[in-house]
Amino acid sequence: MKRLVVVGNGMAGMACVEQILKYAPMFRITVFGDETHTNYNRVMLSSVLAGEKSADEIVINSREWYRTNEIELRVGVRIVDVDSGRKTVTGDDGSVTPYDTLLLATGSTAWMPPIKGLDKEGVFTFRTLDDTRALLKRSGPDTEAVVIGGGLLGLEAARGLQVQGCRVTVVHLMGTLMERQLDPPGGRFLMAKMKELGIRVVLGKSTTAIRGDRRVTGVEFTDGEQIDANLVVVAAGIRPSVDLGRKAGLTVKRGIVVNDFMETSNPDIFAVGECVEHRGVCYGLVAPLFDQGKVLAATISGRRGPTYEGTVQAAKLKIVGVEMFSAGEIDDDGSEPVRYEDPTLGVYKKVAVRDGKLSGVILVGDTSDSHKYMEWLRTGADLTSQRRHLLFPPPSADLGLDVAEMSDSATVCGCVGVSKGTIIEAIHERGVNTLSQLKEATRACTGCGSCTALCQDLLRAVAPDFEDEKKKTICACVPFGEDRLRDILRSQKLKSVQEVLEIYGNGIGCEICKPALSYMLDMLWCGDHDEDRSARYINDRVHANIQKDGTFSVIPRMRGGVTTPDELRRIADVADKYNVPMVKVTGSQRIDLLGIKKADLPSVWADLGMPSGQAYTKGVRMVKTCVGTEFCRFGTQDSTSAGIEMERRFEQLFTPHKVKMAAVGCPRNCAEATVKDIGLIGVEGGWQVVVGGAAGKSVRKADLLTTVETTEQALEASQLFFQYYRENANYLERTYDFVERLGIEKVRKDTVYTTDVVKAGLLDRLAKSKARARDAWQEGQSPRNPTQFAPITVMEKVLV
Amino acid sequence: MRESRWIRVTAVENIPAREGRAVQIGDREIAIFNLGDRLLATSSRCPHKSGPLCDGIVTGASVVCPLHAWKVNLENGAVERPSSEKERCIETYPVRVDDGVVVVAVPCAAVEEQVA
Repeated sequence: MKRLVVVGNGMAGMACVEQILKYAPMFRITVFGDETHTNYNRVMLSSVLAGEKSADEIVINSREWYRTNEIELRVGVRIVDVDSGRKTVTGDDGSVTPYDTLLLATGSTAWMPPIKGLDKEGVFTFRTLDDTRALLKRSGPDTEAVVIGGGLLGLEAARGLQVQGCRVTVVHLMGTLMERQLDPPGGRFLMAKMKELGIRVVLGKSTTAIRGDRRVTGVEFTDGEQIDANLVVVAAGIRPSVDLGRKAGLTVKRGIVVNDFMETSNPDIFAVGECVEHRGVCYGLVAPLFDQGKVLAATISGRRGPTYEGTVQAAKLKIVGVEMFSAGEIDDDGSEPVRYEDPTLGVYKKVAVRDGKLSGVILVGDTSDSHKYMEWLRTGADLTSQRRHLLFPPPSADLGLDVAEMSDSATVCGCVGVSKGTIIEAIHERGVNTLSQLKEATRACTGCGSCTALCQDLLRAVAPDFEDEKKKTICACVPFGEDRLRDILRSQKLKSVQEVLEIYGNGIGCEICKPALSYMLDMLWCGDHDEDRSARYINDRVHANIQKDGTFSVIPRMRGGVTTPDELRRIADVADKYNVPMVKVTGSQRIDLLGIKKADLPSVWADLGMPSGQAYTKGVRMVKTCVGTEFCRFGTQDSTSAGIEMERRFEQLFTPHKVKMAAVGCPRNCAEATVKDIGLIGVEGGWQVVVGGAAGKSVRKADLLTTVETTEQALEASQLFFQYYRENANYLERTYDFVERLGIEKVRKDTVYTTDVVKAGLLDRLAKSKARARDAWQEGQSPRNPTQFAPITVMEKVLV
Repeated sequence: MRESRWIRVTAVENIPAREGRAVQIGDREIAIFNLGDRLLATSSRCPHKSGPLCDGIVTGASVVCPLHAWKVNLENGAVERPSSEKERCIETYPVRVDDGVVVVAVPCAAVEEQVA
């Protein structure tokens, strides 16, 4: 068997080896990788940096895979020389390895622009898993990060660092972002999106030097201006790694030159991936690697025939909430551009048509049609008949239509080159039902991941026992996890439930997602949104709790469980006047009037003259208190006043699930603070603030959030936790599930131990929500619509 | 069998989009739903435990009862959830909008114009 030596254990080399393995075994294969990891998905490094994926999740070929295929893997060895006469390669460990056939898959390296001081501590590149790990280690809330380079990699790095808590500035040499993929308007739309995320962007600046003695303290530009930084990431572009090609005596221009059969100038040496130059083009994206790998596998295995004719270049930004896609040519020379822009929504679309065919496409803010354009580009489809529908297809109610419209030969996964037909075949013949099975069976969706939605749609449409494995979504109407959804709603400035359903859902919604979306919008926009009552549960439409017979229960607010003779008299009068079937003291130190008719609600509220106790909603319920130092001989704190003040600060707000609180004056815990969502426990000289307690369906002792000296500090700690829960919990997730899911250590880190800036942000958003919140029972006097409470009287009388 | 007559009920604005309202017509309590692009009318009580369907959340052409989340199709009255109860059904009534007024066809003996 001939000996095949592969230099480079990256995506290109291994994709090619996978193809070679499909033929009858003819090589003994040795793979050298200078990184110490097995082959991983480099495209996903930005997701690792952003904390969306772990390093393990991006592994493509495990060590097991190398063993099973009898491939000798030598990681951590850099090949430094090739002797094409003797047919050997030399490693930096001194080893000399002979080959019959050599495959160079050396990829590319970060290009370092001529900037003084790049060797200072705190300057990084972003190419490898080790780079990513180093960045994760260095980034955090106190980091001022500067990313040099406003291309794909630079922007993804910037977002990742920001997610890790850094303040980030992107410095870009050119006048607009991603100028190789976007026209100037597209670049401006993208910049607006980045700024919305809170990332600073500085354009037209050339960096001349990194400041600092040993460690970086800032960067300096040609115009003399400087900005402070303690972390710098250089993402100014990549250069093909061609050293070994030169040493082997191959023809090298910008990359190692290969022909359409993927042959170099030496018949025993081949090259693939980012290190090659084909028809004058060096590719820096993932899709061409797979195309090249297939052709090369045929050539190298003695089946010379298939040719590689180049790949349509396409780029997609992987930043949640910032959609960007670009493919084909971006300049308008000789083409007819068709544009659409909506600055408010941040959507920009441009397609360019030349000779009746698509020549290029740019999408910012909405990339849902990218696969269609990619297909038009790849096949050179005649667009004459589509002319009126280039940007907006005629609307269709059939959600499966997108999939049905594709031909079997149409490419679904552009990276690996998997067609719709191949996927359908895999579903039928290999029993594929889930996305991971599909990945395993066809390798589709293992590259950049941008075809995930399309693969899911296909599985849903075709697989008999389709199982959706995506991260927990609210329901089938809106196919996103709640974290992702919050990002989308924020960045897309969506303010009504119906809008969200129409753009990101099935246009209809259900009793599960509508209330969830209602809550999310209320929280995200601090109450400043278009509230849609039809999307809310009946309790929130009429501000009372529906009972088994369709009547309602009315519980007025009685802060801290403290009332007056006057209030009690009014409650008694109401009970008499409306023949209330039951008056009951609740477990929350309040009084419940049960059996009230919907039509009577406004007058009951008016007669009570007390605000709503919100006992019917996913929102703030009450603060239960003991009498504390006011009367109790054991009291150490004035828990009654503290509890009343606490209730005032939180009342009228909505939360992912109900929030019940308590304040007790000593550890005897008479008002059960240790089993409340938030509890204040008075101790000698201060308060313990506890969170995540429960005594309902679950019983859980609350965790200690912090111990503080003053009541004001205790209330502030409660506010931090309260807003943090509002912003991060899933809808219908009680604090006890939330705290348990995150762990109290993380909750502390993100609330009471976080930076002043983050704390101020939480308190500020809480204050904004509070400023807009109203006593819901005011609606009794000014209903949302004439029939909110009042029954409809039929215009004609009917005789039975 | 009494013959159905068209009964003028109320101004269409009185039934907000994607919500329902109950009306008493003769001896029947009828729920009228505004789906945004059309109206549908059914008997107002859930076949499960007589929950007020008019107070449910509308999803497409169905409503979810506020008491125990049974789902009922408003076009044909059939129970959609739980699936074990699919044979059960509630009454539906033809409904249309005339000059901004909701008009429902209900079986009854006679109609007498009321002073508004």
